[in-house]
Amino acid sequence: MTTTQALGKVASELQEERNYLNYPKGIWSWLTTVDHKRIGLMYLFSVLLFFFAGGVFALLLRFELIAPGKDIVGPDTYNQLFTLHGAIMVFLFIIPAIPAALGNFILPIMLGAKDVAFPRLNLLSFYVYVFGASFCLYSLVTGGVDTGWTFYTPYSVETNTNVISMTLGVFILGFSSIFTGMNFIVTIHRLRAPGMTWFNMPLFLWGIYATSLIQILATPVLAITLVLLILERVWGIGIFDPAMGGDPVLYQHFFWFYSHPAVYIMILPGMAIISELIATFSHKKIFGYVPIAFSSVAIALVSFIVWGHHMFTSGQSDLASMIFSFLTFLVGIPSGIKVFNWIATMYKGSLTFQAPMLYTHAFLALFTIGGLTGIYLGTLSVDVHLHDTYFVVAHFHYVMMGGTVMAFLGGLHYWWPKMFGKMYNETWATVSAALIFIGFNVTFFPQFIMGAQGMPRRYYTYIDQYQSMHALSTYGTWILGVGFLIMAGYLTVSLINGKKATKNPWLGLTLEWTTASPPPTENFLGNPRQLWGPYDYDKVLMDENGLVIFNPNAPKDDRHAKDENGSATSHKRDGKTTTMKQTV
Amino acid sequence: MQPTHAHAASHQSQQSHSHHHIVPFKVNMAVGITLLVLTAVTVWIAQFDFGAMNMIVAMTVATVKAGLVVAYFMHLRYDNRFFFTMLLVCLIALTVFIVFTMIDQKSRTSIYDYEMQEIRKNAKMYEKKGLTAPKDASPAKH
Repeated sequence: MTTTQALGKVASELQEERNYLNYPKGIWSWLTTVDHKRIGLMYLFSVLLFFFAGGVFALLLRFELIAPGKDIVGPDTYNQLFTLHGAIMVFLFIIPAIPAALGNFILPIMLGAKDVAFPRLNLLSFYVYVFGASFCLYSLVTGGVDTGWTFYTPYSVETNTNVISMTLGVFILGFSSIFTGMNFIVTIHRLRAPGMTWFNMPLFLWGIYATSLIQILATPVLAITLVLLILERVWGIGIFDPAMGGDPVLYQHFFWFYSHPAVYIMILPGMAIISELIATFSHKKIFGYVPIAFSSVAIALVSFIVWGHHMFTSGQSDLASMIFSFLTFLVGIPSGIKVFNWIATMYKGSLTFQAPMLYTHAFLALFTIGGLTGIYLGTLSVDVHLHDTYFVVAHFHYVMMGGTVMAFLGGLHYWWPKMFGKMYNETWATVSAALIFIGFNVTFFPQFIMGAQGMPRRYYTYIDQYQSMHALSTYGTWILGVGFLIMAGYLTVSLINGKKATKNPWLGLTLEWTTASPPPTENFLGNPRQLWGPYDYDKVLMDENGLVIFNPNAPKDDRHAKDENGSATSHKRDGKTTTMKQTV
Repeated sequence: MQPTHAHAASHQSQQSHSHHHIVPFKVNMAVGITLLVLTAVTVWIAQFDFGAMNMIVAMTVATVKAGLVVAYFMHLRYDNRFFFTMLLVCLIALTVFIVFTMIDQKSRTSIYDYEMQEIRKNAKMYEKKGLTAPKDASPAKH
């Protein structure tokens, strides 16, 4: 045994003893931790809890809709169910799910940093989240809210449900979101490992960066909106009240100026995860790194000038509607760039279909459907017919759930071994992914059809014509529910007695795979350096245990390779490969 | 005595901590007096009616004042350019919001005139809130 191997063995034994999960010990050390990984995990369990709650509401309201008239709950409870489903899923699950839970865990490790730039602010952001969430829970148990998650005036001013405590909760949650965004921007600017230039960063970080920009710029407007709503409710200041010279449509301007960018707060991190997964499971250099990176930023920028497409039928002027409709089509460009680049990445790659890759494919299919139906809705004339129908419901579920949630699940499965050092059962993961994909489509595809036929959204009951579609949609939620139950089962089993995970179970190349699973408290033993690009699959191979093999014949720079061979990457080169041990 | 003291402190701190800049007392005073003068201007100018320009004149004075506060009292003038860029980005976002909202609000009559009229006198919402309809409200019919 050589000295290096011996040293390596000692090091790995040390890591087995102490990692961020078991050192330091005790519940107090978790509650007061400033370790981004622990905060990430606490976020993860919180968002999963709310995902469960929101999911139960979804199952209940879909069950109510299985037949016209009353099945299990009355109309008032139904109104509260869909409001709580929406508000919980948006503000408590999907916005923090990827950046605050997965991002918190993985972002500093990907950068090769020991922690985020402001670890205490990070912990504060978690507690602010808990504080805001408790306001939402308070309004839930003391009578709920029935305005829909958008809190549109004038109804939100007049209803006697708990609008104030709910909006106050959302107001507080906004600060948590801003703290996280600020922290990530500074971390990406200041804490990249030596060798990691802006264009040498994993694309996940570009996506999170763009998301953070939106969080910082847009979230304050939500806060202003909700404060105005509370003032209107408490003192009747009249800003949204036409009887006093106000304008209810102004509320919608305010609300959607935040909430449309917020839609991209939800989808951009999903796209960020997909860029990682698609490269790793294609074992191929990502196609079009720079366009993917800049399209994230472009989506972030465009997101600020399209909000009016939510208001085509609400009394907005026709000129404004035309401008917003035109601008909305711009979103298709960066989104298209991403999708085509991902597909080009898979072309001639060595694809493997583990669970994260299955979710990636689900994402590609469902997000494309969701995105294209968004173009229908952005078209002024078509939207007049489709507005406020189930077509819209299906569209945003295809983007939010088919896009973001699929990406979140893919990311969760991808980084699960890194988080807990345990593998899950691949067979069950496949079964669950299949059930979720099928259940999702059975639930939401019929909604496109009945929406196009005119079924309005948020209605408690309906005419018999829509019965079969509604029933089909409800059956779909049961398949979805079974899929998620199976997932909860095998993930719990993996925590209890899962197979021990290796350093690099998916043969990825980004920095998080060079450290132990689970990582030690300060992420790396020593200071990591970026010695290769995050997707240099043509130059570097890292095996399951983090052993690195360099391809000596690999092109030094892609541009040179192009000049010599006419193609950017050339896998089938003859020649020896040398082995180098890295202490990264 | 106060100004020289501030100067000395500023030199010292610049040596130890190059990013920190202390604005001289004279400058602060000058800015403060300018702000007071501009406040007087705001009050004085309110007596004149510029018609459609009323808002623009008032906001121009207010913007100059805000600019002075941000540049001197909040030290943006002496800070890294990056922070100025960030302020600009926020201002652009605000401009986008106001401009697009105004495009909507100012062009509601482009097809139907009634869309900008006061809501008709016998509308339910006035009764409900115990308000009286504005005088120019017509019994609009569409």
